[in-house]
Amino acid sequence: MFFEDSVLMSRLLTFLTLGFHIIFATVGVGIPIMISMAEFIGIKKKDPHYTLLARRWTRGFTITVAVGVVTGTAIGLQLSLLWPSFMQVAGNIISLPLFLEVFAFFFEAIFLGAYLYTWDRFKNPIFHWLLSIPIVIGSTLSAFFITTVNAFMNSPQGFEIDEGKLTAVEPFAAMFNPATPSKVFHVITSSYLTSAAILATIAAVIILMKKGTTYHRKALKMTVTATFVFALATAIAGDSSAKYLAEYQPDKLAAGEWHFETEEGADLVVFGTLNENNEVKNEIRIPGALSFLAYGDFNAEVEGLYETPEDERPPLWIHYMFDLMVSIGFYLVGISMLFLIFWKVKKWNEYNKWLLTGLAVIGPLAMLAIEFGWIYAEVGRQPWIIRGFMTVAEGATTSPHVGLMFLLFLGLYTVLGIGCIVVLRKIFKNNPAELELEGRYPNVKESDKE
Amino acid sequence: MSYEYIGITVLWFFLYGYLIVASVDFGAGFFAYYARLTKKDHIINKLISRYLSPVWEVTNVFFVFFFVGLVGFFPDTAYYLGQSLLVPGSIAIVLLAIRGSFYAFESYGSKDNSVYMFLYGATGLLIPASLATAMTISEGGFIEETASGVHLMIGKLISSPYSWSVVLLAIVSVLYISSMFLTYYAHRADDRPALEIVRKYALFWSSPTIIASLTTFIALSQHNPVHYQKAIGLWWMFGISVAFFMIGLFLVYQGKYYGWAFIAVMFQFFFAFFGYGASHLPYILQPFVTITSGATNETMGVTLIIAFIAGLFLLIPSLVMLMRMFLFDADYVKGKK
Repeated sequence: MFFEDSVLMSRLLTFLTLGFHIIFATVGVGIPIMISMAEFIGIKKKDPHYTLLARRWTRGFTITVAVGVVTGTAIGLQLSLLWPSFMQVAGNIISLPLFLEVFAFFFEAIFLGAYLYTWDRFKNPIFHWLLSIPIVIGSTLSAFFITTVNAFMNSPQGFEIDEGKLTAVEPFAAMFNPATPSKVFHVITSSYLTSAAILATIAAVIILMKKGTTYHRKALKMTVTATFVFALATAIAGDSSAKYLAEYQPDKLAAGEWHFETEEGADLVVFGTLNENNEVKNEIRIPGALSFLAYGDFNAEVEGLYETPEDERPPLWIHYMFDLMVSIGFYLVGISMLFLIFWKVKKWNEYNKWLLTGLAVIGPLAMLAIEFGWIYAEVGRQPWIIRGFMTVAEGATTSPHVGLMFLLFLGLYTVLGIGCIVVLRKIFKNNPAELELEGRYPNVKESDKE
Repeated sequence: MSYEYIGITVLWFFLYGYLIVASVDFGAGFFAYYARLTKKDHIINKLISRYLSPVWEVTNVFFVFFFVGLVGFFPDTAYYLGQSLLVPGSIAIVLLAIRGSFYAFESYGSKDNSVYMFLYGATGLLIPASLATAMTISEGGFIEETASGVHLMIGKLISSPYSWSVVLLAIVSVLYISSMFLTYYAHRADDRPALEIVRKYALFWSSPTIIASLTTFIALSQHNPVHYQKAIGLWWMFGISVAFFMIGLFLVYQGKYYGWAFIAVMFQFFFAFFGYGASHLPYILQPFVTITSGATNETMGVTLIIAFIAGLFLLIPSLVMLMRMFLFDADYVKGKK
């Protein structure tokens, strides 16, 4: 039975941990910058609405950080527990970014503690805001360093293998491999995007439920603006990732696009189905678009999947992951732009029900896109764990107990997930923003003339 | 000194740092729950959470730092420990995860939830016990390498007096270190009722600590005579450790200089811990990994050390800032900020 297959179970357990962790890691990277911006706007405009926004976001953020920290610790240890042979080899090359990631995390943890407990401690609020900068830097640097590790696994370099032994190790060459720039860019922009989208969803839902006040409308405007900017940046990053793939990992691109024969002017296949002869049916076909996506030229030649030996090809279902991710990305750009247009055109009501409903789903959708994107990126390099050097089967543990551990962690993440939701609801449900605003800033009604 | 020795020294420092800060945290969780049971929680729990809230995440990083550094400097340990520790390692992760997240759930979310308090207190003792297992295994004799891979011999581990004495030592040391720290912190906060309680805890846990240290020594002489002989060669380190134990205990008993008492506790564990570590060398994991055989390549080793020094320039000022804000700021400690 598959439950006894330690390689498969190691893969599933790693998927489970990472799939759960990236929800919290993503908001961990993106929310600090939103908090920092809101607090800064609040100080500059002397508008307590924004300061309160920063405060309330921070309060929810601590809960997600806690789960992010503990699941991050879990994946850190699981790397060695589930993939001991991989770590024995790769540890020689990737320990530098892993090590630096912990430093960045350390830095962030110190300042997060300081930020949380000093809201009313400084006479000049700008000092408190300054404490948020290291949090933003620390969380973004963590994302940077850990992404270089993943980039290395996709595009290994910076070492030589001499009779099974690693020689000529260059840590910085391994860190700054060809996959690093596009991957880091894409990870960071999409994390910012997703966090902004989640905060926008919260504001939109509250306004839709007719509980919205000036506070929520300001929140919505700020978060949707951020969503739009980050969505554009993510689109650019995604495009650079596709160009990287075409050059360095054509098999991943070809499997994701169902592009089998090498040809010039390759069409882009959107959705559709495959029959047993690998013929594409029911698809939307955009002529020449794949060539354009890959090389910026509608007639360029794109390598097909048949160039890759059969046992080194990734599974073909990742096509759907790619398409879902990209579709959601386009939706996010579109809906946030629509809101901005409605807002700027004075005659139109940007708070109409349809637009708000469209915005109410962007947070969960963006998070799904993160998951789809990572599944595409990770399953797309199967069967390799270090592309071209070590397969997943060679890296896995031989322990017979992985199946049992899978159940253990499934239970853990269920408990953590439910706990997180329950606590977040509890924090905000009985403490609406208006009440807190009145309690903290009794004079706000007069100063608020919007 | 070659880079492997710098590497292991750095890692040992971090493990020592974790030992101190995590003990305070783990023990505090237990005491908080115990105080709830004995209806004294209103006296000491506010004090405990004032210290822990801003620093719990930092505590966790010390641990992450150690294991990431260990795999970085000595990748072979990932292979042997990873293969053999899947089950105990996973249990430790689950305990750590429950503890960390439930701490946040309780202190930022729902106050005074008894289930959270219980889990927080219970994991505070179970985690040191499960982490101590890794220490026991490094003595050798508990894992075997066969054609099918590396395996932990669980039966041997469970029936070994040495492994139980290490677990016991870990638990009582946690309670001792924690209560000594809380005594100091209560004194700084000028909180007499709390001080009375935690001072009693400290005096109580001192004797099991020193007894467990001795029994661990005896069990080690049975389990690994070579290591024991090397430890005897470093007798003066352990002697200094005992001397600091007496100083710390004396000061708390006298009821003054609690700050110095806690520093004495830190030195007590520093000498014991480094004495143990030094006598353990050249093995990291007997008999599979030695400090030279298991080390990473020289380029990476040197790069890691440079990265480490650069990182310290960032960390030390930040840590000092954190301590000045929350540990040495009298107004904060007293609850005025």
